Amino acid sequence: MKNLYLIAYLDLKESLRAKWFLVYSLVFGGMIALFFIAGVTESQVMGFSGLSRLLLMYIQITIVILPIFILITTVRSISGDRDNHILEYMLSFPISLKQYYWGKIIGRFITVYLPVIFAMIIAVVYGSFKGAAIPWSIFFLYTGLLFALSSAFLGIAFFISSFVKSSEVALGIAFFIWIFLLAFIDIALISLMMQQRFSTELIIGISLVNPMEIFRVAAISLFDPELTVMGPVAFYILDSVSQSVFVLLSIGYPVILGLFFAFLGYKIFEKKDLV
Amino acid sequence: MIKVSNLSKKFGSHISLDNVNCEFKKNESIALMGANGAGKTTLIRSILGYYHPTNGEVSINGLDPIKQRTKVLENISFVPQLPPPIKLNIDELLQYISISAKVDTDKIIHYANEMKLDIKSNMNKSFFKLSGGMKQKLLIAISLAKKSDIIIYDEPTANLDPKARDDFYRLLEKNEHDKVLLFVTHRLEEVKDLVNRQIYMDLGKIVSDDRF
Repeated sequence: MKNLYLIAYLDLKESLRAKWFLVYSLVFGGMIALFFIAGVTESQVMGFSGLSRLLLMYIQITIVILPIFILITTVRSISGDRDNHILEYMLSFPISLKQYYWGKIIGRFITVYLPVIFAMIIAVVYGSFKGAAIPWSIFFLYTGLLFALSSAFLGIAFFISSFVKSSEVALGIAFFIWIFLLAFIDIALISLMMQQRFSTELIIGISLVNPMEIFRVAAISLFDPELTVMGPVAFYILDSVSQSVFVLLSIGYPVILGLFFAFLGYKIFEKKDLV
Repeated sequence: MIKVSNLSKKFGSHISLDNVNCEFKKNESIALMGANGAGKTTLIRSILGYYHPTNGEVSINGLDPIKQRTKVLENISFVPQLPPPIKLNIDELLQYISISAKVDTDKIIHYANEMKLDIKSNMNKSFFKLSGGMKQKLLIAISLAKKSDIIIYDEPTANLDPKARDDFYRLLEKNEHDKVLLFVTHRLEEVKDLVNRQIYMDLGKIVSDDRF
């Protein structure tokens, strides 16, 4: 356990010094600052106002940028170390592969999760300072959803990192996965529905596989139970399961998915040549 | 100490090691030589447990370097050909080594001083920002401070000036007793006073093995 924490601690320290982390933190912190400057808390759109409106906007943007940030910054974690021979030296010390791999995951998870959650905390603190009502239920739901989304994409990133030989290929795969989950599944599902070739259950099933889709629907369902702002896929999902079940599913499923991919990545890392 | 039996390693269709058999015993200092692509680094990496053999096996003190990697690596010091661009600062790197391999940091500092490297004033500097020679000196200091039965050097003097090379060989002479010392080198004349065995590899095979 000592070595596991050592790897996590050193990876965290190394990441905190990296330029990408500075940009990453500035994007999320800056986004919140921009919302306050732009007076989002004073605006009212479709019945949402104050901090609820701000958090809704924050989460909508986060759906798009958080996965790609996690994928791009993490996907080179193992493959990059392998590429530039860091792995060859660091693993010449008596550290087990399990401690190295999971230590890296823990360190990287803290790195990617903290700025996102910290930006939300700043919003809540600043909002309450300005006298706005704090939507605690939304805050806690989003904390859970962001944890789940970070877990899912971190697991996927480490999985890619474990089998890809060069960091360029890893980046290419990461970008493809992001685009695919962000856009293509929706487009494919809509076209399937339009053609009426497949059953609704099948389409719902396919959409539930996508952690970004689940995140999107769960985040918005708390504000908008009728899902008027959502596309047809989300409407079908909420028609099939209750909102509370869906919220639990939307947190539990991405975490399990992330752990599954991380575990798969570990098995590959263990079985493959290390350098 | 190290027993390599019928070891073959293929990368795709390329055969990097072709049925290699050799044994390295205590108090042997071996110069491992050969042209580029002869299989020297593959052999070393197999001993370190980085490669899964296509055929055959490696045994270190009776242990499998893949299945029992932590136990095996407790007794191996390794310096690679080129220092990797580790982004940790020196203090963090020494922390990693002292906790994972139970190496006394003061001993690393002692050997660094012997190599004319002042690391105390560079503790907060990233390892990759040190000069090539400084990096290599630090890796050598770490390898000497880690009391191992097996020391593996993959062309360790590539970045060192003549004075630093002399310091290195002087320290090594003091520390080579009761150990296996494995040198990958292209310059036999540099290590000829240290080694008592010379292995020459070509196309993944051992083509000569001389003791003297």
